[in-house]
Amino acid sequence: MEAATVAGRRLTRATLSAHAAMVWALVSRAGNEIVRVPGAAIPGVLAPTIFFLGLTAVFGNLTDLSGFPTDEYQSFIIAVSLLQGAGFTGAATGVNLARDIEQGWFDRLLVSPAPRSVLLSGLVLSASVRSLVPATLLLTIGFALGVDWPGVGGLLLALLLVMGMGTAAACWGVTLALHFKTQGAAPLMQAGMFVLILTTTAYAPLDRLTGWLQDVAEYNPLTQVVEAIRQGFVGDSLTWSETWPGVVVMIGLVALLGAFALRNMRRTSY
Amino acid sequence: MSLASLRANLRVIGALGARSVRQTFRRPQLMAPILVFPTLLLAIQTGGAGSAVDLPEFPEVNGFLDFMLAGAMIQSTLLAGNSGGIAFAVDIEMGFTDRLFAAPISRFAIVLGRLAGTFVLGIVAAVWFLAIGLIFGATVEGGVGGALLVIVLVGLSAVAFGGLGSAIALRAGKASVVQGLFPLVFVILFLSSAFFPANLMLEPASSVAEYNPLSFIVEGVRDVIVFSLSLEGLAEALGAIALIGAFSVGLTAVALRHRLRTGG
Repeated sequence: MEAATVAGRRLTRATLSAHAAMVWALVSRAGNEIVRVPGAAIPGVLAPTIFFLGLTAVFGNLTDLSGFPTDEYQSFIIAVSLLQGAGFTGAATGVNLARDIEQGWFDRLLVSPAPRSVLLSGLVLSASVRSLVPATLLLTIGFALGVDWPGVGGLLLALLLVMGMGTAAACWGVTLALHFKTQGAAPLMQAGMFVLILTTTAYAPLDRLTGWLQDVAEYNPLTQVVEAIRQGFVGDSLTWSETWPGVVVMIGLVALLGAFALRNMRRTSY
Repeated sequence: MSLASLRANLRVIGALGARSVRQTFRRPQLMAPILVFPTLLLAIQTGGAGSAVDLPEFPEVNGFLDFMLAGAMIQSTLLAGNSGGIAFAVDIEMGFTDRLFAAPISRFAIVLGRLAGTFVLGIVAAVWFLAIGLIFGATVEGGVGGALLVIVLVGLSAVAFGGLGSAIALRAGKASVVQGLFPLVFVILFLSSAFFPANLMLEPASSVAEYNPLSFIVEGVRDVIVFSLSLEGLAEALGAIALIGAFSVGLTAVALRHRLRTGG
């Protein structure tokens, strides 16, 4: 009995170790892609940066209106740009998976003894880490252009939520990639995140939004995430009341989209 | 050029144009940037920055949607030009264009065929955004004639931008290179008055927007929608389209000659 338990524990450890190695291999492969095919990563990094600079230049004077919590639009918009970067990066994971499916590479993973949950973990974890690449560039440019320093706590909270967004977007992309099995679904992967992120208080505070967007932003749960990230950049300090709703929403979003991705992953046969 | 030869070339342009339009409607990755993304951005920016009309120096408009329509249309034509370039590059990669080059037809007819398709897509975009605008409460101050003028201006803009996409496709011969220019479209847009009055933008974007040819096209289209037909605005828009068009033709000619001489 004791030997069996010991053997069982050994087996569990060995399995866990194998799973961890598989996850690490998938994360490393995604990392290699950045180094070996930098062109593929450029749009995901460039697009949110261009939007950040462009929106600041175009709508910068909106802060002259009453209701804005800051005089600097770049400090207001940076939260949305960070989430956009993570959203694009996560969606790119879905596009890459669709490419792997088209080329037959993913079939080889499916016939491996690794559980589907481990394959999914490797994919989304890589997106989570990769989402720090556009975030780093955006923050560097942002601080150079006068974005207010959010404090160490504010920065860590922002990065944590950005990684969460990258994970959620990757789950969304993986779900669609496994459903459509073609890179042609890429616009849907990107548009889904685009709409989710921008139908929040992205451009202006809730009271300054107009028409349908005000109603949608009020009920869009991601508004809480935007506000949680934004508080550090536009306010004096972090508050628990503005932090916890964003964290809860992000956990819920990852759980929900992760469940969809895992369901599709388990239904996929080679 | 004889009449028969002209007729043959026009048939080629018509056939390739129709193929180009069908190709775009069949591939979501080509269609999405032309209609879906600009429509989403129009909806979100109108709701998100709509209170900008309260800024003291903002021009008198019926609504922010009226102001934004021209920008959405021109954004769509820029992306149509880019999508056309991507599709053209795919044809080059697949060897389809080489087969056309070997056929006894004018080489420029091959490019014009692609541009004819882009012109149709530009018109589709103009009609789409006018319809959306009218459904959601915008008005075209220029009336029916003004709306027709908007459609023609947007269609011609699509041809001018499509020429740039074709030139790059011919020179690079790779869809990924043309696709990589996608973010550049937004740089050009943000540095124009497509989304906001140039005088209310921050520097240096404001100064760049004053002289960006794209601003003249947007303002020409916007004048017809927001104010009324202005001959000065129309002349400036047509001048800017002609300038970009001439530049496109020059670039295309050079790229075409290079491809025919070197084969790549």
